[in-house]
Amino acid sequence: MRRYLPILTGSLLAATAITPASAYMAYVSNERGNTVSGLDTETMAVVTTIEVGQRPRGITISHDGKFVYLCASDDDTVEIIDTSTHQIVGSLPSGPDPELFVLSPDGKTLYVANEDDNLVTVIDIESKRMIVEIPVGVEPEGMGISPDGKTLVNTSETTNMAHFIDTDTHQITHNVLVDSRPRFAEFKPDGSEVWVSAEIGGTVSVIDNETREITHKITFEIPGLRTESIQPVGVRISEDGAKAYVALGPANRVAVVNTETYEVEKYVLVGQRVWQLAFTPDQKYIISTNGISNDVTFIDVATDEPVQSVTVGDQPWGVVVAPN
Amino acid sequence: MKSVVPNTLFSFLFLFMLAVNIPQAGAQGTAPASPNAAGGTTPIEVKIGYLRAYAPELALSVLDIPPRDAGVAGAKLAIDDNNTTGSFLGQEFSLDVVEIEPRADAVQPLTQMVEDGARFVLADVSAEQLLAIADAGREQGIIIFNVASAEDSLREEECRLNVFHTAPTYSMLADGVAQYLIWKQWRNWVLVYGSHEPDQLFAEALRRSAERFGGNIVAEKLFEDQGTARRSDTGVTQIQRLMPVFTQDLPAHDVVLAADESEVFGNYLPYRTWVPRPVAGSAGLMPSSWHPASEQWGGMQIQNRFEAAIGRRMVSVDMNAWTAARSIGEGATRTMSGDAAEIADFLRSDDFQVAAFRGQRLTFRKWNQQLRQPIILGDGHSVISTSPQEGFLHQVSELDTLGIDQPETACQL
Repeated sequence: MRRYLPILTGSLLAATAITPASAYMAYVSNERGNTVSGLDTETMAVVTTIEVGQRPRGITISHDGKFVYLCASDDDTVEIIDTSTHQIVGSLPSGPDPELFVLSPDGKTLYVANEDDNLVTVIDIESKRMIVEIPVGVEPEGMGISPDGKTLVNTSETTNMAHFIDTDTHQITHNVLVDSRPRFAEFKPDGSEVWVSAEIGGTVSVIDNETREITHKITFEIPGLRTESIQPVGVRISEDGAKAYVALGPANRVAVVNTETYEVEKYVLVGQRVWQLAFTPDQKYIISTNGISNDVTFIDVATDEPVQSVTVGDQPWGVVVAPN
Repeated sequence: MKSVVPNTLFSFLFLFMLAVNIPQAGAQGTAPASPNAAGGTTPIEVKIGYLRAYAPELALSVLDIPPRDAGVAGAKLAIDDNNTTGSFLGQEFSLDVVEIEPRADAVQPLTQMVEDGARFVLADVSAEQLLAIADAGREQGIIIFNVASAEDSLREEECRLNVFHTAPTYSMLADGVAQYLIWKQWRNWVLVYGSHEPDQLFAEALRRSAERFGGNIVAEKLFEDQGTARRSDTGVTQIQRLMPVFTQDLPAHDVVLAADESEVFGNYLPYRTWVPRPVAGSAGLMPSSWHPASEQWGGMQIQNRFEAAIGRRMVSVDMNAWTAARSIGEGATRTMSGDAAEIADFLRSDDFQVAAFRGQRLTFRKWNQQLRQPIILGDGHSVISTSPQEGFLHQVSELDTLGIDQPETACQL
């Protein structure tokens, strides 16, 4: 996805220079509602609600924008939604209790974390076949992939490690201990670093992708809030690599981190229990899912101001924006 | 900031991973392959003992009889979890379970466990047995985890440097209930307590909570254990007549508090009081460290894992034992050591935290080595709430609004 997007955004930026902001469709998985809300990112309104399987969580989209992939955790499957009809048109053999996944940069392979079985499942999308299961630590969740597609990083929530996996051999090459309950792994667009959030530890570890060692540990302080309630989950780094956004769970804020200095520059107040994030392809907005307040918040990336909160379904969990 | 792990660990890890780890099959719960030829390192072995005083327990409802392997099952799951992590680090954890009678000598079995290599012992024993093994094991540096006893005195005047407590105290449990009742603005309580020592201890904790949070205990009543059978055929008919009369003379109140840790009358109260009032404490709304139906904060994951491995739901003592064994595992992971003193020091340090499905990091109170933890309030079926309640503030940790706080402690470690 990373390799693909710069080309795409380049053309989009050229386009937006002469036309108003583009409208995209954002898809939000509602964990409790068993639905996916479709939002128009220009009007910031829900335009469709899709009934899906039990306990939808992780959500992503094919690079051509034609299919949404959705972890229906309690149905032990990954559902495929056709974005032109908003119908479920198939499923992928995810293994039990899929929670989060990541698509390979070439769009051909899906890597799924199976929380209950300490496995990462590798799925070939075209044949809808499981290729291999990779044993990892206890409660795998976060999944990040390097821009060149060669390195997969999985985080295990009870083992407290980031597992570096070679995507050719499907073997773990490095295990990096991070703080408690690592939930998300995000590569910088240039592939130099992996950022891993630790929900209970309250930190984000920056791991050098060359040495596979932690080079920085980002902590968060918000006046008036106990440190225990600052629980980093979703992490997204802007296309230009300059800013990282970190969703802080029950702190109800998204932290904006300077990726040069590793300093938090701003805390953006959003809704309650913010977990996941997604940029619009033009990088104009980043959208947060606020589980307890049943809404998503659009944050303006240029100003880092919250622009609009929109009510979606019950307990929004994940979000992805169509590339076109 | 630098990594918390020494740099040498990474080089070790790297070698270890290349040489040993990762066959596709069997990584879960299994120990790593034996000594690493490349690095010449042998796995670090961490042996954990589990000493349990067991006798069949009576209960007013057959549903409340504890599972035969209560506690032990939680420790076993934590050993599996530790070994999955250990397979990446060259650490092996094992559990040695020994059962004794509730009043038996606990020191001899402890000595045997220590001879067999255990340096950590999870204890589900009486207060007397706990103190006996703590003192017997102190010289050899044995670290004990109290996973079952709620007695405050074990963390206060009888506290010991080599004892950590993952079970919550009576005062923590009582404060958890009291905060909720105050939040509900149900301030007037009557207290019905039993005649056994644990009942009296819990009753005393409830009195303390009332004073602390502004509840009014408007009347108290003793329910004497007259040695009757807990369950009998057609017993229900009699109880239906007995309990309204027993509660008829109580002054106006919002809630009935039951202090019955001995299963003599608690469950007789709900729906049978003279006036319709909710019951809390040992029946009705009950405080605990865990609930078989708790699924928040990732709880669904450990519940699924427990059910798959053990074949039943996870109860509080299972969670106390899981948290104790996971804390040892976390200590071994972070210190890259199996040394009991080193791990115990880590558990006491600011660097220690354990994620245990309670929505925030859990740590040990430095002054008495009691695990800080939220108190779950539930009935027999579901979770109703979790304390601390909103608005109960504390300058250090809101979890310290539950139980005896540092300024009041009688513990001198």
